[in-house]
Amino acid sequence: MKNSLSQITEYRDADGDSFRVIVPGAGPARSVDLRVALLDQNDRLAGRNRADFQSRRILALNLVSSPGTGKTALLERTLNEFGREVPCAVLVGDLETDRDAQRLHRDYVPVAQITTGGACHLDAGMVARGAEALDLDGVRVLFIENVGNLVCPAAFDLGEAIRVVLLSTTEGEDKPLKYPPIFKSAQVVIVTKADLVGPLGFDLAAALENIRLIAPQARVLTVSSRTGQGMAAWYDLLRSELLSP
Amino acid sequence: MHELGIMESTLAAALAAARDNGAHRVHRIVLRVGALSGAEPDALRFAFAAVTAGTPADGAVLEIDAVPARARCPDCAIEFVPGAGFITACPQCRRLCADLRSGRELELTRVEMS
Repeated sequence: MKNSLSQITEYRDADGDSFRVIVPGAGPARSVDLRVALLDQNDRLAGRNRADFQSRRILALNLVSSPGTGKTALLERTLNEFGREVPCAVLVGDLETDRDAQRLHRDYVPVAQITTGGACHLDAGMVARGAEALDLDGVRVLFIENVGNLVCPAAFDLGEAIRVVLLSTTEGEDKPLKYPPIFKSAQVVIVTKADLVGPLGFDLAAALENIRLIAPQARVLTVSSRTGQGMAAWYDLLRSELLSP
Repeated sequence: MHELGIMESTLAAALAAARDNGAHRVHRIVLRVGALSGAEPDALRFAFAAVTAGTPADGAVLEIDAVPARARCPDCAIEFVPGAGFITACPQCRRLCADLRSGRELELTRVEMS
């Protein structure tokens, strides 16, 4: 086709390469069947992260929950106890501020904050860049604290070995029923703030049954980061998943 | 609202397909969207209109093939579509099944162009 009267426009494809589309007017119509995974770029980067973590014998966990469920509090206690015995590192994602990285800072724990600048989830590229910023020599466990969001992180593989979804007793017992995609993607579900079961009248049995209905594949723990209830089982789970050096 | 990013990938892939096939306009884009993909069809449509404006796909039709979730029961060796709320209880033995065979799809499957 001749391009003498064409309109030429520059675009960028998913890999960031620029290309031109030339618009000289309509030609014959046709239909092209194809199969393009729309999250392919993220999935490829996640695969690269996974291989990288595995080759360095690092157990990577992706912690996902609503805002305020206690991801950071769980990690604070985990670093204070388990983290003194097993070398850990943390990547923490938020829309803005490094407040969580400051809370998690310990002399013996490399921590990096990822500020997404408004993005509602971490993606595999952000994790790759964050991991580059960390000194992971000798680290056995990498905790990736996702942006507080129970919807969007479901679709984004970060290259983690284990996805941990948290549900707190300050939320409804029916959260798993309302947000099936994220709970179905979990290998581990943790009910947090167990010390508030009584004061809040939280129906723990109903919550556990809802988790079982939606996420029959998941291992389920009930913990309190404040009192330490259930934390030993969480550390046992982490120990059992460590990769031999 | 990660649907915007998904639609940007969709547009880039559709325009790349158009370029590869020597076409200059995109008239229709067909996606397969799984019930458990985490992408919401209305949000996808909204994002589609925003990202295609002023491009060779401006005015194109977005068609969404909804893919239901399917699970497999290892005991009964059957596949089934879970009932309300994605509770994957096997219709024969009532066992809760974790083996999901479909529902996470998020794919561009057809581009009509000229």
